[in-house]
Formats: sequence, C-alpha cells, structure tokens
Amino acid sequence: MAHSTESVPLVRAMYHDDDVLISAVKQIRAAGFKISEVYTPFPVHGLDKAMGLKESRIALAAFMYGVIGLTVAVTLTWYMMVSDWPQNIGGKPNINWAMNMPAFVPILFEMTVFFAAHLMVWTYLVINGLYPGADAKNPDPRTTDDYFMVELPAAKGLIETLQKSGAVEIAEA
Amino acid sequence: MHYESTERKPLILGDKSYHQITEDVVRPIETAAPRAWWVAFSIALVMFLWGAGSIAYTVATGIGVWGLNKTVGWAWDITNFVWWVGIGHAGTLISAVLLLFRQRWRMAINRSAEAMTIFSVIQAGLFPLFHMGRVWLAYWVFPIPNQYGSLWVNFNSPLLWDVFAISTYLTVSVVFWYVGLIPDFAMVRDRAINPVQKHIYKILSFGWGGKAKAWQRFEEVSLVLAGLATPLVLSVHTIVSMDFATSVIPGWHTTIFPPYFVAGAIFSGFAMVQTLLLIVRKVFKMDDYITIQHIEMMNIVIMVTGSIVGVAYITELFIAWYSGVEYEQYAFLNRATGPYWWAYWSMMTCNVFSPQLMWSKKLRTNLVFTFMISIVVNIGMWFERFVIIVTSLHRDYLPSSWSMFSPSFVEVGIFIGTIGFFFALFLLYARTFPVIAQAELKTILKTSGEAQKKLHNDHGAQH
Repeated sequence: MAHSTESVPLVRAMYHDDDVLISAVKQIRAAGFKISEVYTPFPVHGLDKAMGLKESRIALAAFMYGVIGLTVAVTLTWYMMVSDWPQNIGGKPNINWAMNMPAFVPILFEMTVFFAAHLMVWTYLVINGLYPGADAKNPDPRTTDDYFMVELPAAKGLIETLQKSGAVEIAEA
Repeated sequence: MHYESTERKPLILGDKSYHQITEDVVRPIETAAPRAWWVAFSIALVMFLWGAGSIAYTVATGIGVWGLNKTVGWAWDITNFVWWVGIGHAGTLISAVLLLFRQRWRMAINRSAEAMTIFSVIQAGLFPLFHMGRVWLAYWVFPIPNQYGSLWVNFNSPLLWDVFAISTYLTVSVVFWYVGLIPDFAMVRDRAINPVQKHIYKILSFGWGGKAKAWQRFEEVSLVLAGLATPLVLSVHTIVSMDFATSVIPGWHTTIFPPYFVAGAIFSGFAMVQTLLLIVRKVFKMDDYITIQHIEMMNIVIMVTGSIVGVAYITELFIAWYSGVEYEQYAFLNRATGPYWWAYWSMMTCNVFSPQLMWSKKLRTNLVFTFMISIVVNIGMWFERFVIIVTSLHRDYLPSSWSMFSPSFVEVGIFIGTIGFFFALFLLYARTFPVIAQAELKTILKTSGEAQKKLHNDHGAQH
C-alpha cells in the first residue's frame, strides 16, 4: 500500500457541493479507483459510508476509560477512608467500603466522567495527529471554507471519471 | 438527502452560501474593533481591577474584612458562587442536552453559550478559593499525601464532592468547547493574511485538515462528550445543593433541593445567554443566524424552568407547614415577613411572576422586553441564593445569637470584580474566536436555510 502512494503522483479533484461530492465518491469507487483522502469544511453526512470507512471505535475507548476512572475512584476512596485512616465522620459507617459507598457516589461519578472525557479527547487528538502548532493537514486552504477535495493516486482513465463526476478543478500534485 | 418539513421555520435567514457563512462568522475577527467594544472592555477592565484590589486586600488582611459574623458565617461569597455556577449550566444544557435531543437551533448559539459556561465557572471558583482564607494552601482540597499521617481529605463531605464536581465540570467543558473550536480555528487560519494572525491560529487549530476520518471521529467524540456532559451538568448543581441540603439547618435540610437548584440554574443560565446573545447579535449583525425564533425558543425554556422554580418555592412553603416542625415553619415565615422580606419578595417577583409574561407570543418575540426580563431573572436568581443562605442562618435556634448580615465594601468589590472579569473574558472571546460554530452550522444550511427551503418547496410543488 505504502509504495503505491509514494511512487504514483496524486490527483486532487475539487468539488463545490456536498451532494455532488457524495455522488462523485460513489462513482469514483464504482469505477474501481481507490480514494486516499477526502477533505471537507464540515462533517458531510453519509461520506464515511460512501467512502467505505470503518466505524470509529472511539466510543468504546471512552467506555474503557470510564471504567478505569471508576476503578481509580473506588481505590482512592477505599484506601483513604477505610484502609489507611478510618475516621468516624458524622457517624457514617467506615467498617468496610460497601457500607460507606453511598457517600462516595458523587466522587465515583465525577471521576468516571473525568477519565472518560479527558482520555477520550487525548486519544482523539493523538490518533488524528492534532497538537498545537502542527502544520495544516489540508493541501488547499479553500477546503475549510466551501470546497471539498478528493485526493487519489493517478491512474489511467481517472481524469475522465473525475470530470464526469462533477469536479470543478482537477490538479496533479 | 434529508429535507425538513415546511412547517419548521428556517434557522438561517436570507440567501446564504457556505462561503457567506464563513464570511459572516469571521468578520468580527478580521475587522477592527468598534468603539463600543473598547468602551465596554475598558469598563469591564476597571471593574476587574477593583475586584482584584479587593481580593488582594482580603488575602493580605484576612476574611475579617468581610461582613460575616459568628451567626452568619456563609453569605455573600457563597451566594455569588452558586449564582455563577448556575449561570454556567445553560451553556452545557444547550450544547449537550440539546445535541442529544437533536435540536438544530442550538447550533447558532452553542459556541457562545459554552464560552459563557467556562467564564462563569471561573468566576464561581474564585469565591470558595478566597473564602478558604489562606489561599496558598488551596491545594489541600486535593487528596495529596502529606506529613500529617497522611491525613486525607474527607470523601463524606459535600464540600469535597463540590471540589471534584466543579473541577470536572470546568475541565470537561473546556475540552468539549475546544474540540468544537478546532475546525473553526482552522477556517480562520486558512484565510488569514496577516502572518502573526496566521501563526496564532495555526497554533490554536492544532493542524486540523478536515479529513473524512477525522470528521467521523469528531462527530462520535461530540456525541459521547454530550452524553457525558448531560449527567455531569445535572450532578454539579445537585452537589452544590447538597452543600446546603445535608446540613441540619431549617430552610436548607430539604430533599427538594437538587431538582430545584438544577431548574433554577438552567433558568438563570438561559437568561444570561439571552443577555449576551442579544448584544452579540446586535453588535456583530448576526440577525440571520441568531433569529427571533432562537430568542423565542430560549424564552420558552426560561418560562418553563421559571415555572418549575415557582412550583418549588410553593412546595417548600407547603412542606414547611405540613411538616409540623416549628423551626422549619419559622424559617419560612421569617423569610417572607422577617427583616429580609424585601429580598424574598424581590425573588418572588423576578423569578415567579416575570417569566409568566412569556406566555404572550408578542412579548416573548420582543427583543427589548426579552433583554429586560433576562436581567430581571438574573437579579431574581441572585436574590434566591441570598434568601436561601442568609435568611436560614441569621436567626438560628438560639435567639440570643440572632443577627443581621450586610456586606462590606470589600465583598461588594469582589462581586463587581467577577462581573468585570466575566465580561472582559467574553469581550475578548467575541473578538478573537468564531462566535458561531460555523462548521456545524454549514451542515444544516441545505435543510434549514431560508433560501434553500424555499427553493426545495417551490421545486417540490411542481411534482
């Protein structure tokens, strides 16, 4: 896979409408060409399905992070309130963690949310290669305004397919 | 392609294209600040400096410079803390709860509402921080190993729950806001001409390129964050209310507090969103995006939550009578007819009576009226917290220790300082950040744009 994109020059086709883009992506794929990337100014609904992208698993990751947060909160409250230094505070039972648990519900909840939200967003930034000062990933600045770009390796008959699909500009990079 | 019923009013007025949305959103960033902005910013800065001076005086001298006494140990600062946290709630409600309910009208207002959330939670945090007295030991609220044993923090205490709730709420709100801002900063970056500006927005936009996979993840992350933020926002004010509800003080020790506080928070938060957005709309000429319909929707939320708050007030009174506990009964009688009667009746007028006017469609679509009510509601909600806190404390079980509370000029100064700080932050935000979530708004242009809807309807009629 990697060697084909390195040796073959890329073709960039610009579209000016999201509905045209969706149908173009379908046409390009139906004609047997492989799309390397699509740049859009906003989330175009149905584009991931048209491109055949797999579903994101980031929600599953968030769930796991939440479980970690809950575990940390249970450990923290058990160690500090029951194991290390149990104290009689307001007559609340501190013989074991389970009896004292109702008073810890807010902490358990907040820690779960804290871990799930923050670790998910860190994951999101890392897998997308987003960090302060990173170079813009879109080759053409118009794709954050109102243009949509399809990027794919050059191949025979590709230009004709792109022209037919409604591209307003085609350039070889 | 998804089309919307003709019954639904357009959410974006006029004949807009994607490019026109970009131009309209970026205009306040790319043009010089109007004179009114500088005037407002200067006033906010002066207020902020006064507050900073008052805080410096408090820290240097001690909490004794406030008007607190042995009977009323909690008053002005906690009132302001609860008031600011409550205001913050509307931002999360708009961006998270309305996202889960697929309310598209949120898209024009969620960015500013979330900014308001973050800036007001910052103000809220200042009050308990400086009420600690020795602010340089503020890190003691976190469970950090220490030389006293270790003597840990008390996880049974609602005050500690508050520390966890507020810090989770603030940081998760910032992250939620920023994830949405990244694509919009990229838009500003890609059209910036000034190299300094381009460099700043390059840093802020984290290199966003709008790749299809990144957008897919973006949508999933937004949905999960909304799902997490929804119970979070409800938990925050619930826990704030438990600061009071778990104390054995007549007037505080009631189970109605959590839902009653949450409703009040949404009520005051939406009022503050109205105040800010009516100004943003006017100054930046965003009338096509923040339409009368948006204003009306928010007024309906204010009316509904105001009514819930009214029912809660009456329920409290009924339960005090029905409980047969004379201390409880006296606490409420004292609220309405005691020395702080004026605070109680200000609260009743502002919070229970004034939102009922919104039943009239003519009034709730009137901008001047909406602006006035939004201020009135926030005054009322400030009085609500003052009434709950001070009137419950100032006459306790022992009549010999009954006393009154009045704030010192230092406390008033800190409160005015937070208002200045809040507006200074919001004014800076309005000049440098995209005030409308333009990437999100572009997704509804074809279904909810006025010209696009009309075109589709005219076209559809021919079939």
